[in-house]
Amino acid sequence: MSATFVPPTLNVEEKLFQNRYRVDTGRPHIRVRNESTCVSCDAKACTVCCPAGCWRADPAGGIELVVDGCLECGTCRLICDQNNVDWNYPRGGFGILFKFG
Amino acid sequence: MEKFDVIVVGAGPAGNGAAYTLAKAGLSVLQLERGESPGTKNVQGAILYADALEKIIPDFRETCPLERHIIEQRMWLMDEDQTCTGMSYRDARFSQEPYNRYTIIRARFDRWFSDQVKKAGALVVCETTVTELLRNGSGKVIGVRTEREKGDIYADCVILADGANALVGSRAGLRPEITADDMALAVKEVLFLPKETVDARFNISGTQGVVIEIAGNVTHGMLGTGFLYTNKDSLAIGIGCMLSDMKKQSLTPYQLLEGLKRHPTIKPLIEGAEMKEYSAHLIPEGGYKALPQLYGDGWMIVGDAAGFVNAVHREGSNLAMTSGRMAAETLIALKAAGKPYSAANLAAYKRTLDDSFVMADLKKYQDVPTLLTEQPHMLGMYPRFLGDAARELLTVDGVSKRAKQQKIMADLKGKRSLLGLLGDAYRFWRAFR
Repeated sequence: MSATFVPPTLNVEEKLFQNRYRVDTGRPHIRVRNESTCVSCDAKACTVCCPAGCWRADPAGGIELVVDGCLECGTCRLICDQNNVDWNYPRGGFGILFKFG
Repeated sequence: MEKFDVIVVGAGPAGNGAAYTLAKAGLSVLQLERGESPGTKNVQGAILYADALEKIIPDFRETCPLERHIIEQRMWLMDEDQTCTGMSYRDARFSQEPYNRYTIIRARFDRWFSDQVKKAGALVVCETTVTELLRNGSGKVIGVRTEREKGDIYADCVILADGANALVGSRAGLRPEITADDMALAVKEVLFLPKETVDARFNISGTQGVVIEIAGNVTHGMLGTGFLYTNKDSLAIGIGCMLSDMKKQSLTPYQLLEGLKRHPTIKPLIEGAEMKEYSAHLIPEGGYKALPQLYGDGWMIVGDAAGFVNAVHREGSNLAMTSGRMAAETLIALKAAGKPYSAANLAAYKRTLDDSFVMADLKKYQDVPTLLTEQPHMLGMYPRFLGDAARELLTVDGVSKRAKQQKIMADLKGKRSLLGLLGDAYRFWRAFR
């Protein structure tokens, strides 16, 4: 990183707010397999790599997952070294609905 | 029990290329798409390469929603927050019809493509996610299971065009699971500006367009690239990096994108634009060496699901459409000859691909992913050196040009030994020749 670069501070929610979603309430398409695995995971790469900020470290050392803003890219599934992500597409018609893509 | 000649899973460029070609030839085709309508789950930069679509729909230009035809390509090497060393190629001949490349908005393009598929006679069913493949006792794929009630549907062949995550094929064990080493994550925004503003800022008019491909330390040492494309009254800006690199650092994808947007080279170009969508998508960039088995008893894989992406030239949708068309043509020829869709017969699909630009190009650059992964300074150190050298030469401060040259050379030697430089040159030549 260059000496002058300051990482931007921003709320991803402001970006996601522009998107169109049809949320499948009560039926999250991504689940954590075992919550204690997340507590013992030091890397928590999901909290950095998810482009929608769905994965947040919680104060208790675990992970809080809210999939409502999910862009369905599949990143969390691939970057979890613990293979702790149960990942499926939402039911047909639900989830992100790109206006432009 | 309803049975089709072919089921196509997915309605992106690969699936549409396949379904259109099959339906046009009179085969019974069912195409399943999980989105509300085709395109609502798809993301691309996006550049349309006319040749690949022309070979499927020769007169596509008459009805296809196109944004701008590309008359200029800029290649920019950018650091994190200060410099940009660029090169551009503009050619008046790119403004002569028929145009070769266009910018498109995928949601609109995919809906149009799907309309052509329906007109050709295929049955297209949206809002339906395929969860698994159905196989008979001997392992032949005989259909798909969807999440719908009584959702099993049968066909003589299933074409998997389900995109980069390739879930259906992986879960059926037809191909290995994709990995972070072979996938890039790209994030993108669509920024709206009046057409006149786009024209003025990019030195274009009418339907002329500019594409800018960006490399260098703007990815903070990660293997990746950025882009800025001109649509009619909007810009597409994005940045993508290998997942294996992303997971080793601390910047989020949206911080990377924001860093690109506020770079002094980019900022004036997008100033005042209204952001209307933020998207993300995986890109299979493993190249030739990461390709899975492409066919088997009753199944074929096309497009991103197969990993058909030429990362060096930023091509993918054309490989997708072409592979979809070739898969379809294989099935059409077999049906005409009265031959079953067995693995041995479907091998013709792979042979057709091998004889085409799809495999030729993937083979040509097969060592590039490894080279860039093992020698990350290729994308970091050299662009920075180029910028430093340019700054030295362009700053007029009373120091002689010879002294400046010596300083530049000393600087380069300090960064990399002579042997290292020669090695890099050789590896670079080997990988790209």
